[in-house]
Amino acid sequence: MIWLAWRQFRTQVLVVAGVLAAIAVVLLLTGPHLVSLSDAYLKLCHADRDCGSTTNPVVNTDGTIESGFSDLLLLAPALIGIFWGAPLVARELETGTYRLGWTQSITRRRWLAVKLGVVGLVSVAVAGLLSLMVTWWSSPIDTANANRFGGAMFALRDITPMGYAAFAFALGVTAGVLMRRTLPAMASTLVVFVAARVAETDWVRPYLMPPVRADMALTPGNGIGFSLTPTGLQMVTNPPTIANGWGLSSELVNNSGHAPTTAFLKSACPSIANVAPAGPVVGRARIHVRVAGGPPQQAFQDCIAKVAAKYHEVVTYQPASRFWAFQGIETAIFIALGLLLVGLCFWWVRHRLA
Amino acid sequence: MTAVLEARGLGKRYGRRWALSDCTLEIPSGHVVGLVGPNGAGKSTLLNLAVGLLAPTTGSLTVLGGVPAEGPTQLGRIGFVAQDTPTFSGLSVADHLELGARLNPGWDRAVAAQRITQLGLDPAQRAGKLSGGQRAQLALTLAVAKRPEFLILDEPVASLDPLARREFLQILMETVAEHGVSVVLSSHLVADLERVCDYLIVIVASRVQIAGPVDELLASHRRLIGARREPGTLPGNQEVIEASHTDRQSTLLIRTDAPILDPAWTVEEIGLEDLVLAYMGQAAAADRGRPATLGVVK
Repeated sequence: MIWLAWRQFRTQVLVVAGVLAAIAVVLLLTGPHLVSLSDAYLKLCHADRDCGSTTNPVVNTDGTIESGFSDLLLLAPALIGIFWGAPLVARELETGTYRLGWTQSITRRRWLAVKLGVVGLVSVAVAGLLSLMVTWWSSPIDTANANRFGGAMFALRDITPMGYAAFAFALGVTAGVLMRRTLPAMASTLVVFVAARVAETDWVRPYLMPPVRADMALTPGNGIGFSLTPTGLQMVTNPPTIANGWGLSSELVNNSGHAPTTAFLKSACPSIANVAPAGPVVGRARIHVRVAGGPPQQAFQDCIAKVAAKYHEVVTYQPASRFWAFQGIETAIFIALGLLLVGLCFWWVRHRLA
Repeated sequence: MTAVLEARGLGKRYGRRWALSDCTLEIPSGHVVGLVGPNGAGKSTLLNLAVGLLAPTTGSLTVLGGVPAEGPTQLGRIGFVAQDTPTFSGLSVADHLELGARLNPGWDRAVAAQRITQLGLDPAQRAGKLSGGQRAQLALTLAVAKRPEFLILDEPVASLDPLARREFLQILMETVAEHGVSVVLSSHLVADLERVCDYLIVIVASRVQIAGPVDELLASHRRLIGARREPGTLPGNQEVIEASHTDRQSTLLIRTDAPILDPAWTVEEIGLEDLVLAYMGQAAAADRGRPATLGVVK
């Protein structure tokens, strides 16, 4: 049966192997250049003892390759689910060839197990290889960016793509088994996979482990602004950049835990507060006052200094040391979901496709 | 007579629709059995149940004494050619033989190779490029080369042109003669089966209308033509299957094991096709709720 599963799948594997090889060539040709570029920069800035105020040039080099392969890695699990998962059983049901397979001297359970095993393992391997190549190639950039934990980067590095691929593949097969038609199965695989990934990223991943809380001084860094809410004027801060960590939230409070009042902000930052439009605010709408190009730079600096004298930021974040724990948990979650779907497939093929 | 297939009160339901209901029948071993019935009679459902592609909703079914598709051994004892003879269109003829060899412990490479040569199939040809007849032959080769005890063919010739039909059945007959397997093949056309079957089962709406060896069936049925009379006046050992009347003449199809002595009748032998049509007509008439014997043709 392994022979048959491989024989049916062979051409596609060869095509994908070719694509992976081409990607490897591009990455191998351009990768070493990034490493030397980064090393040269770090040598220089370490000599000047000033690596903080300038940007490592690797960040802006080969941006096309970086975003291209990141997109590919983002899409790869979905493509695997759509083109390898969904047709795996659905195509056999559609063309009637399952009647050929299921009447050889081999049980249906073994037929499905081998197909799932062969194509599933190749799927995970393809995602793993692609991730390995992209992770290796972009390591100088990730080091310079110091944010491989946060947002999209986390999902496009190391082992998480394998978990996504396993889940997407199982999802595709399940959709095919339940719907018995290839095209609807492909479409629903895409929809459900994207929904699952978005839901996990926004609602689950930040809370996989309780975030760390830290008090930090307010500095005129990035992400400070004002917002007009029904309750009055608020100063909005974003989590500061924490080396390799993942900032989740940030709140401005004084020592007794209260946020700055509208009156205080108006007195501390008169020129900025006056820019904010007057009048009622409907619902929960927030009007952001853009600082850049707004009041003069000096007035802004003064405002921050006055606020910082009485208030500080309370930041929650996931520290860099948890990167591998998060990678492991996230991968395990998707593999577990995939295994649940595989179990459903076996049950359905045994009891409902009869 | 031992049975290769035994169904008792067998039923299969899809949602609210019964594809087969309360079907009880036996298929004897050592025969080439034709399973005939109109479209929708449940033939395909019955055969798919027999190979375990479907599971029964009600009743019981044993094939070669075992539960269909119970395990690799049971699957290996039965050769199946599915309706429309599916093959993997992207795989070559040689690939199909290879998959047969790898998936069936009892695979007979010599038989498979010999059949492919005999059919003049190019082993490198992709199955998707074969003609309907060649595809059916390939499917039959797969079913035969696993050396089954019981060969089940579901409408194997329905989609073939007359020439391919004849060739397919010819080769099927040679195979049966060579390997001595029990065979059941279904069709809604009696003409397809007439040449190859030595046992016939007519099934209409899940019910067996008649079953028996073809020669016995032919010997026990006669067409009587004579002056008009009511079927009820016939001797007790003559069962009327079909009757048609004009104003002056009656034509009856009767079943009897005794000779027909009444000189008023012109007695004719009947062909298999007429016999099957008569039984199908009888079932259809019974279905409409009026006795077949009162049918009048003007």
